[in-house]
Amino acid sequence: MFGTGLLKGLGVTLKHFAETYIDDRKPAPSRYADSIQLEHGRRIIDQPITQEGLLTIQYPEEKRLLPERFRYIPMLLWDTEKGEDRCTACGICAKVCPPQCIWIVRDSDENGKPVTRPAEFFIDVAVCMSCSFCVEFCPFDAIKMNHDYELAVYDRYPQLVYDKEELTVPLEYYAAMWPEQFAAEQEVLRKAEEEERAKAEAKAKAAEAKAKAGDATKADKPKRTPEEIEAMKQKAAARSAAAKEKAAGDENDGEKAGDKSGDDADKKARLEELKRKAAERAQQRKQGEG
Amino acid sequence: MTMSEATAAAEGGSAVGVQVAAENPPVDGAAEDAVIGKWAEDTQEASVIAPDKLTAYLTYLRDRQGYDLLSSVTCVDYSAYGGKLRDGVGERFELVYHLYSTQKGGGPAVLHVRVPENETVASATGVYPGANLQECEVYDLYGIKFEGHPNLRRVLLWDGFNGYPMRKDWKEAYHEADAKPFRSRHPQGDYQWHEDKVPWGKNATYPAGWDPDSWRPPITYVPVSQAPADAHSDEFETESIVVNLGPHHPSTHGVFRMLTRIKGETILALEPEMGYLHRNHEKIGERNTWLMNMPFTDRLDYINSMSNNLGYALAVEKLAGIEVPERAQYIRVIMAELTRIVNHTWSIGFILNDLGALQTPALYAIEEREMILDLFEEVSGARLMCNYMRFGGVVRDLTAGWEERVRYLAHERLPRALDELDRLLSDNEIVKARGRGVGHLSAKDLLSLSVSGPMIRAAGVPYDIRKAEPYCIYDRFDFDIPTLPESDIYARYYIRLLEARESVKILQQALRDIPQGEVLGGKGGYTLRPPEGEAYQRVEAPKGELGFYLVSDAKPNPYRYHVRSPSFINLNALGPMCVGYKVADAVVILGAIDIVLGEVDR
Repeated sequence: MFGTGLLKGLGVTLKHFAETYIDDRKPAPSRYADSIQLEHGRRIIDQPITQEGLLTIQYPEEKRLLPERFRYIPMLLWDTEKGEDRCTACGICAKVCPPQCIWIVRDSDENGKPVTRPAEFFIDVAVCMSCSFCVEFCPFDAIKMNHDYELAVYDRYPQLVYDKEELTVPLEYYAAMWPEQFAAEQEVLRKAEEEERAKAEAKAKAAEAKAKAGDATKADKPKRTPEEIEAMKQKAAARSAAAKEKAAGDENDGEKAGDKSGDDADKKARLEELKRKAAERAQQRKQGEG
Repeated sequence: MTMSEATAAAEGGSAVGVQVAAENPPVDGAAEDAVIGKWAEDTQEASVIAPDKLTAYLTYLRDRQGYDLLSSVTCVDYSAYGGKLRDGVGERFELVYHLYSTQKGGGPAVLHVRVPENETVASATGVYPGANLQECEVYDLYGIKFEGHPNLRRVLLWDGFNGYPMRKDWKEAYHEADAKPFRSRHPQGDYQWHEDKVPWGKNATYPAGWDPDSWRPPITYVPVSQAPADAHSDEFETESIVVNLGPHHPSTHGVFRMLTRIKGETILALEPEMGYLHRNHEKIGERNTWLMNMPFTDRLDYINSMSNNLGYALAVEKLAGIEVPERAQYIRVIMAELTRIVNHTWSIGFILNDLGALQTPALYAIEEREMILDLFEEVSGARLMCNYMRFGGVVRDLTAGWEERVRYLAHERLPRALDELDRLLSDNEIVKARGRGVGHLSAKDLLSLSVSGPMIRAAGVPYDIRKAEPYCIYDRFDFDIPTLPESDIYARYYIRLLEARESVKILQQALRDIPQGEVLGGKGGYTLRPPEGEAYQRVEAPKGELGFYLVSDAKPNPYRYHVRSPSFINLNALGPMCVGYKVADAVVILGAIDIVLGEVDR
């Protein structure tokens, strides 16, 4: 009969309406069952897979509980125990980054020798595609994905070009955000350390045994003559002098991270300086080519 | 044909050869003649075809060998090729055709045609009308002209675009280097801000001495004016007019334009206009390393990124010979089928939206999608841009309790939801009145237009790559290929519901059999260098046949990266399907093709 299909369909919508209405009239609707109540009526909702009826979440008052693996924008870890960046400025993240939005300036010590520490670490988060490759391929567990997704700002530049201060978070922050993965990593670290200790102990024992066994052979080991030692010393001195000279030449190149204020003006100035240098280098490259 | 005759024919000039081939139905002997060599036999066998015998050979394959589906037409510019496979070959371009047989199933016939620069090739549109948009694309991106193409034009870029961007010597605006990673980022630590790249700077190039006033498009086409004159005269003498549907029109599912010539409400001709979202995905893909392309494939058909990931991962695995562990195989199938359900419920909802049932069916249909996307997020970290597959498996194992939740979904929730959707819509008199008999095109026409996926299954062709050329572990599951004979809007709606049910069946079996173990075999790392050669891998994506054509010259970056996207090629059929129907029907006909503009424009 004409119209039965329509009525059947309307029956479905009516059923939905009734179910949702009844559930919503309850003092505690079922969709709030596992939610976390925050102040000012805000809440974080964790919907189970069995949730029926209304699935709508009233963002921004209500938010979803994010799963641990949620990935948005990378963050850099500050090892609070050791008091240092985990990042060693090896640049693997910059290399695997598909949109190439990471760029790193390696730090150098007072002699101008590069050290395994980043002086600057930038991520253009407007370009970042949240693929998490940097996290996957970082050999030092130094870069992880942040869950913070409310990043709206008025200007892209410089607000959305995150510098090292903006990216760095303490290890505890990460541990709270990614508990399972953090535990797994700690486990791996602990095992590695144990192994290392065991190895060191075994080595020490072996050395001891060797020392005991081979007191006689030790005497046979050929010693360097005083002349040889003097020559080596001279060589080392010459090398360090050359390094110092080179450092003096490069001094204006060694960009140092200034204050930690995070003030936009400062940051902008710093970015401008980097930009100027990048432009200079690009110019040089161009001249070299042409 | 004897040897001497063959040489005589080859020397006899190409023009004569083409004419003879076009006029006379080819004999079987013509086939051996046309094949003049082999290429890349290690990875995938391909025959090199003499350019002047191409149409004859295609006709032979279609009529005598049963290759009724021209799947992919693309081109490779070998001018910068670093491998050894092409030593001694002078021609710069190589056209690549992949043909399949929907009756026999199985692997493709791969044809290569070598084309020197500035030469034209015979168009395949005379044999396979489905080559239409793909040849336009090759012309657009490589500048190869096809003789005999009815409407050769730039489809993705605008007419005045300077140069052909997929050529290896074409450099994009702000070109930095030919391959990532860029040394400027590391170790140099430089970066060019996008704000500094002012649009009026140098991101557009013009030929020397270009004068905008005197310039005319290189190929003039006026498609909609070629519409056939209205034969039957009405009582009203109405003039036909050209109307643009889109690019900003809610029915176009994105930024897409339908150029129509209408008389009254009736469509006389319709031409799809696309490219508004074009970003030259393939050029980006050739700059990227092999791994870097993975998150970019998410952005093709953003409704089901898992399928795209799977297609690309399989293609690279085929090329590099990477094994996938058992558990990862199951996880891949589960993800691919979940994403098929997501896509089909989404597309059902939006067919109804296009029919005028605004939002209610759509919201009912995408309710389960929320649950599935939450599950995707839990394992991969993102709802849409999953980036979950890797070469040799998947990136991370499932979380604790995930399988249990999907089991609940597959056994309880999804069957119930699909039944409910069925009750809500299938018997609806308005859906039937609007859907039955609208947008009809015969199965033969659809196949000749290279259409694939639910579209041809709704026309009664039981062709599904999961059965015809099984990939992953689909040959282990018991499922059917539903078909409907009608080939109209209603059938295209209903086939998706049936397919979603089959997906649920596969899900249930996969969840029953999934073993424990490794999820990522090999290293799958970012330093991958597949051996020299080519590979074409297609998967049954929810929208149709999604193919990845890759060429490697054993470098860290793909030499050629081509996406055969179902949304783009299914649009071949849009014009023929709409002619004769009303404007309001065209909206639904487009909706029932189920396109995603991220994949159409690439």
